[in-house]
Amino acid sequence: MEKSNFKLKELEKSSKIKRIFYRWILFIILGVFAIYYISPLYVMLVTSFKSIEEIRQGNLFSLPSSLNFDAWIIAWQGQTFNETSGLKMDAGNVFLKNYFWNSMKMVVPAVLISTILGALNGYALTKWRFKYDNIIFLLFLFGTFIPYQAILLPMARTLGILGLSNSITGLVVVHVIYGLCFTTLFCRNYYVSISDEIIRAARIDGAGFFTIFFKILLPISLPILVVTVIWQFTQIWNDFLFGATFSFGDSAPIQVALNNMVLTSTSVKRYNVDMAAAIIAGIPTLIVYVLAGKYFIRGLTAGSVKG
Amino acid sequence: MATLKINNINKNFGKTEVLKGINLDIEEGDFLVLLGPSGCGKSTLLNTIAGLETCNSGEILIDNYKINEMEPSDRDIALVFQSYALYPAMTVKKNVTFGLEQRKISKEKIEEALKNVANLLQIDQLLERKPSQLSGGQRQRVAMGRALVRDPKVFLFDEPLSNLDAKLRVEMRREIKKLHQKLKTTIVYVTHDQTEAMSLGTSIAIMNHGVIQQCDKPEIIYKKPQNLFVADFIGSPSMNLINGNLIKEGDNFSFMCNNSENKIKIPIKNYNFTNKNIKYKHEVLFGIRPEHMYLNKSNKNEYEISLKTSLSEYIGHEQIITFNCFGQELLGKFPSSNKIIMNKEVNLFFDIDQISIFDKQTEERI
Repeated sequence: MEKSNFKLKELEKSSKIKRIFYRWILFIILGVFAIYYISPLYVMLVTSFKSIEEIRQGNLFSLPSSLNFDAWIIAWQGQTFNETSGLKMDAGNVFLKNYFWNSMKMVVPAVLISTILGALNGYALTKWRFKYDNIIFLLFLFGTFIPYQAILLPMARTLGILGLSNSITGLVVVHVIYGLCFTTLFCRNYYVSISDEIIRAARIDGAGFFTIFFKILLPISLPILVVTVIWQFTQIWNDFLFGATFSFGDSAPIQVALNNMVLTSTSVKRYNVDMAAAIIAGIPTLIVYVLAGKYFIRGLTAGSVKG
Repeated sequence: MATLKINNINKNFGKTEVLKGINLDIEEGDFLVLLGPSGCGKSTLLNTIAGLETCNSGEILIDNYKINEMEPSDRDIALVFQSYALYPAMTVKKNVTFGLEQRKISKEKIEEALKNVANLLQIDQLLERKPSQLSGGQRQRVAMGRALVRDPKVFLFDEPLSNLDAKLRVEMRREIKKLHQKLKTTIVYVTHDQTEAMSLGTSIAIMNHGVIQQCDKPEIIYKKPQNLFVADFIGSPSMNLINGNLIKEGDNFSFMCNNSENKIKIPIKNYNFTNKNIKYKHEVLFGIRPEHMYLNKSNKNEYEISLKTSLSEYIGHEQIITFNCFGQELLGKFPSSNKIIMNKEVNLFFDIDQISIFDKQTEERI
């Protein structure tokens, strides 16, 4: 009896040690990955606050000597007032302010339209039977596999015919059409999990197609709407190819301007300004993620997991 | 309150026939239960009446007016769903009144109707809550309230109790029965639960494979099942069916059990044959319910038989005993106060007034 008790204690001890050991291994691996992923952001941030002289010293990871916002201001509006010399510094040709608002004017309507149309499509495809509905759904599914490059030429032609080339409206149209397949797919998968009986009950209660959508389905669609908004916002905001192809000069979105800014800067490479500009271009998507992130995971898994 | 007539309804999903020539005639204030195993077409029939599905041929008449081509909302019916189908984003109050609002009924009338229904179903305390904050029984009440508030001509229930736990189901069953007694509305009720069907219905239509097997009062369904399917479906445990032959000697009939070497010959007295043209020997199934076998002799029309016990299942107020009858298992239901010893011959008395006889080939009642 005593012997077995002793054995049990040994076992308990060894499993305790094992548990602690694995815990530590886990945390170390996770820590390494976390550092790996966060270091580029760190370098960008510290570089954006450094002066050119500091950057030339070549220590990538060192903290800046002071919080210098000059690079940010130059990236945003092209010039800054230098306190020490009292001189206005010229910042080159390209700065982000106007293009930022271009992108906003493009992304807000494009996201809203593609989301609401996607939700309507998803609703019609799941809750109403019509001829060839399966084929239409398959075509939408197929649409999600079409690469950007494949539609560049036909889209350019179409925009030309519509008289929308080189305009923000044209870009909105492009992004709505391209994103529609994704938003439809997301919403369809969400609505499939919602009981058909609710729709039937509403039909018996006398509600029509749009009443059911707006009064009954839309109020419970928040999780999936957040997913489509985040997805679309990120896609459209970060898009470079469509922006570079279908717009020139003043109507270009921010990603195109960022590219131009980095490539066309004068003799000296202004790393601090480039970094600040890159962060500015990334901030809106970050904000959207932080505000709506918890719904994102919830919405993505909705329908795939029961309960 | 209205009559509901269904004339020769057929429905196919592609090549599969789901409803094959359904005919039903439901009187004003009738409570018709559609009973059958899953996949028999009972829910499809209900949805067809509601207008959520179309039928390929046939007529549906409410108060002798053909409603085939009408929208569900114009048929003046209400449907209570199995999953309750409450609108998740709306409060109970909104849920109940949504149908009235869609019909552009005045605010005062809506308020009044809501008040009546809330009182009737005792949901006045819940009006401001969302469906997710309600228990199963409360949701069921709200779903019924949503149907009642419109005061429709016909109520349709699609397995409304099968999502509730056993205790609540019995409670709600009683309440539905009370409600029907009080309001005397015409109801069509779909279920696969025979207890529910028996206790609620003024008549029961038993369906299988898209065909109505029998439509009658509950007592007749229980006592005189039209065919083997009904006999087997109704009753728990279901009716014992003994293979054998029906023998005609002069004007007297008797049943001879297979493999019994002529030892068991049950004289059939006082049996209402639906089909009198029986030849000398007819292959049949002899049906007797477990509750119509007794351990003691009374002065009824009975047949005494000695069978060996093999298994005993105790279920509280009664016990189910399995007997071995020449290679076939028979089940008997007895009060649990009776002491029965296993693996021993026991004298049993079959109540011949309660038997059913079916043709082996056609599976119809003889």
